[in-house]
Amino acid sequence: MIARAPSRKQNHKDKKFRVIGTSPIRSGDIDKVTGQAIYGIDTHLPGMLYGAVLRSPHAHARILSINCLEAEMMPGVKAVITSADFPDLTKQIISLGEEGASLQYQTDNILARDKVLYYGHAVAAVAATSLHIATEALQKINVTYEDIPPVVDIRKAMDGGAPVIHSNLRTDELGKKSNNPTNIASHVQFKSGNPEKGFSQASVVVEREFNTATVHQGYIEPQNATALFSANGQLSIWCSTQGVFSVRDQVSEILQIPVKYIRVYPLEVGGAFGGKNRVYLEPLAALLSKKSGHKPVKIVMSHNEVLTATGPTSASYIQIKMGADNKGQITAATAWLAYAAGAFPGSSVETAAACIFAPYRIDNILIDGYDVVVNRPWTASYRAPGVSNAVFACEVVIDELCERLAIDPLDFRCINGVKEGDQRTNGLRYDRIGFQETLETAKNQPHYTAPLLGPHQGRGVASGFWSNGGGRSSASASINLDGTVNLATGSVDLTGTRMSLSMQLAETLGIQADDVRTSTADTDFIGYTDGTWGSRTSFSTGWAVYEVGRQLIYALRKRAADLWQLPLKHVKFSEGIFTIGNQKFTFKELASRLCEDYPLSVNTSVSPDGVGPAFATHIVDVEVDPETGQVKILRYTAVQDVGKAIHPAYVEGQIQGAVTQGIGWALNEEYIYDEAGRMLNTSYLDYRIPTCPDVPSITPVIVEAPNPGHPYGVRGAGEMSIVPPPAAIANAIHAAVGVRMNTLPMSPARLLEAIWNKGLHSD
Amino acid sequence: MPRVQIPALLRELTNGQDMVVVPGETVGQVIENLDQSFPGIKGRLCYGNKLRKNLSLVIDGKLNQRGITQTVSEKSVIRFIPAISGG
Amino acid sequence: MPSKIPVNAIINNELIQFYCEPRQSLLEVLRDDLNLTGTKQGCNNGNCGACSVILDGMLVNSCLVLAVEIEGKSVTTIEGITPKEGLHILQQKFLEHNAQQCGICAPGFIMAAKALLDRNPDPTEEQVRRWLAGNLCRCTGYVKIVQAVLDAASCLRNSTQVER
Repeated sequence: MIARAPSRKQNHKDKKFRVIGTSPIRSGDIDKVTGQAIYGIDTHLPGMLYGAVLRSPHAHARILSINCLEAEMMPGVKAVITSADFPDLTKQIISLGEEGASLQYQTDNILARDKVLYYGHAVAAVAATSLHIATEALQKINVTYEDIPPVVDIRKAMDGGAPVIHSNLRTDELGKKSNNPTNIASHVQFKSGNPEKGFSQASVVVEREFNTATVHQGYIEPQNATALFSANGQLSIWCSTQGVFSVRDQVSEILQIPVKYIRVYPLEVGGAFGGKNRVYLEPLAALLSKKSGHKPVKIVMSHNEVLTATGPTSASYIQIKMGADNKGQITAATAWLAYAAGAFPGSSVETAAACIFAPYRIDNILIDGYDVVVNRPWTASYRAPGVSNAVFACEVVIDELCERLAIDPLDFRCINGVKEGDQRTNGLRYDRIGFQETLETAKNQPHYTAPLLGPHQGRGVASGFWSNGGGRSSASASINLDGTVNLATGSVDLTGTRMSLSMQLAETLGIQADDVRTSTADTDFIGYTDGTWGSRTSFSTGWAVYEVGRQLIYALRKRAADLWQLPLKHVKFSEGIFTIGNQKFTFKELASRLCEDYPLSVNTSVSPDGVGPAFATHIVDVEVDPETGQVKILRYTAVQDVGKAIHPAYVEGQIQGAVTQGIGWALNEEYIYDEAGRMLNTSYLDYRIPTCPDVPSITPVIVEAPNPGHPYGVRGAGEMSIVPPPAAIANAIHAAVGVRMNTLPMSPARLLEAIWNKGLHSD
Repeated sequence: MPRVQIPALLRELTNGQDMVVVPGETVGQVIENLDQSFPGIKGRLCYGNKLRKNLSLVIDGKLNQRGITQTVSEKSVIRFIPAISGG
Repeated sequence: MPSKIPVNAIINNELIQFYCEPRQSLLEVLRDDLNLTGTKQGCNNGNCGACSVILDGMLVNSCLVLAVEIEGKSVTTIEGITPKEGLHILQQKFLEHNAQQCGICAPGFIMAAKALLDRNPDPTEEQVRRWLAGNLCRCTGYVKIVQAVLDAASCLRNSTQVER
């Protein structure tokens, strides 16, 4: 049954829940602490071969020839593939018209065709009887290249004189294409009111520019894929992905196999954060499986490959100008953003442009965003994609405005902060939202007024917005004879959504969370479901689960009416109890009674409206060592509106994890390249993510402004808190040592230089 | 009649106007009529018979999934915004 | 092709004999040859600690140990500390504190924490954090992990009946 969840407004006033809002232990988590949980990387099939990928040592080069003969002859090697092994997609690309380019990029990224476009770009792949043999075989593949000067800097890439990476690329401006080849793939713009007039009405105007470096999602489990392409034409895939249907779709397009022949199995995922939506290895494993005589082939990326050849998030260059009057009202704001897309178009600059000023009511706005290709790996999503960069710039400018106007930074945000009924930059109108609540809550936190005890300590705040996502979800539920329920959805569970979904169904049916057994089904056994991204699962799949719950209740009421020979309206259900005439039954009692002879199962697919955006306000204390430039995070409070915390302990964990990623983004993480465009810091030793002693105990504070678009008030919670930390920390550093940082990361060397420059100036 | 908020990059086609009143009972009809007044604008908003994939439809401040078949009222305000992704 | 060498070692209190190539790491042999996939592969180059095991009482990254090096030695993995019934106190506390999200780092952290508590039953929070610096987690921000370890330490100190 296809049902579009209605966007009726849910009345959450005074709703009390039995299950929602508790934090039960999920029995499936036991497997995680005993090591029995099976991740993609743990896949092992009889007769399995091991794959390895040959990658480009050049950032930009023409491929003149590839000779695989010697590798193919090696004992133990069963198959070698290059882009020549892909099906010819010309017809398909032409038929897709404007969207055909995207398929070409996808395929070219998986194995380079005539050019390599970044250091680490895949060129060939091998399957052998052991990983060691496969790796040795890579050395025997002879590739000759013709070097081309790489372009790695965003602004240089935008220059008219820069080498052009794709000769057929033109700048797209909402369907209008530029005339000449370029590295600027697209330009987006938002404009309303009259910014010039608005600036003239301001008593203070701040104009600054910012640079942020490429960072990686940093998941611990590397990309991996195991494929078995059987002789009967059936392709089975086990991999580490956020979306089993998304993998199926991509593999189908790239290899031109109808989806009915492809089955993708969900497994536990060892971290993703947006980096495991796009396929890299699945088509390679599939082709190798076919070519090796239909053997299963497993490919696991090394960590070096994960950093150089998957999808980090964009480096960016951002200019912001903002003006405010002496009452603290923002009168105008402009932003100019250029995001590095990597080797192919498609950064998150559009999303960033739509979110950058979203927390504030500003009548006069101009935002320009540019998507720029450079010779770096093709960027992918990373938790609230593009927004952390943009908010870093915006919130640092706001901090400077507050300083010059002598207005408390949280008061400034209260004055300008959006409320229900306000309109966003992009025209969407806010329904019930919780921004003001996060500000009030932050102001009342003991942290906000606690004294700072030492020299070079400072406190900073920052707010942020994330739209959250909706999308398509499917669920099916069947009743077991003991009255418990088996629930299946198509949503890959990254960090605990199975529990959230169990709890939402349990709440609907009036049973315990333990009475619902939730699993993620593979692509053969559930309706289409979008991937686990955009903080959409508890919302969209939650709606699907709620709907199957209601279907179960309705079906049981009908059966009871039939059995007791009563009109349907005389069979009532409320708070987990069926009332049939003068008899009462719990859900479990009635279900097990009515389903023994005639099983009951239901299913639904939804694509709900009513996505509720999230807001957050963070407070951080830092201590700066003026001798070394090292920043110590002393205390961190993250206030976030989650609508309704289904499982508060899980939500706290999401907030703490996202903040920690933001801290790494702020202080340490960046891709470092040499002049030839090769990444230098390709391990966790030098691509330094926060370790246990680096971060304090982060205090998550959950605010609940229920989302009227969801039966239980849910807003996505997983991504929001990666957005404010870089700005909050930059503002705290300013409070500590009086320097305004405009570059991420604010690593010790950069901060030290800023401190020295300040020292020089004050001399 | 429905009103269409013109995306910033398309205002070069509407002589700089950012809000245009256009007759039509569905979004599709509105776009056709818009194209009558401002030739070329349909090609910018649509690809074939659908809204471009990277655009979302907003009616009266709310995201709408029905695209060009969505009916609109006399008071509707229609906007086209970039689709938003997640991670 | 390199020939395989026989190795005899005690793995999780059991005498095991296996054959391996000299170039195979302990991590690879545990996972691929001995089917002990509880020890997870993360970075595979000694930086993330997902592959932590205890070798002759010492915490090591099994990706940095050659399998042939464990000849005559004793290795404990996550499978070895999980009792036949119930859970080890560290595993129990991880669950109670919701210290795992994706869970890929959890076995490594639990082994590392065990190694800590075996030598220091009463660590401070600072000591716990420093000891765990070699185990990376990208999901949790470490807060609940540290709470779980401190809680487990407290339980171990105050009771003789918990599974240690």
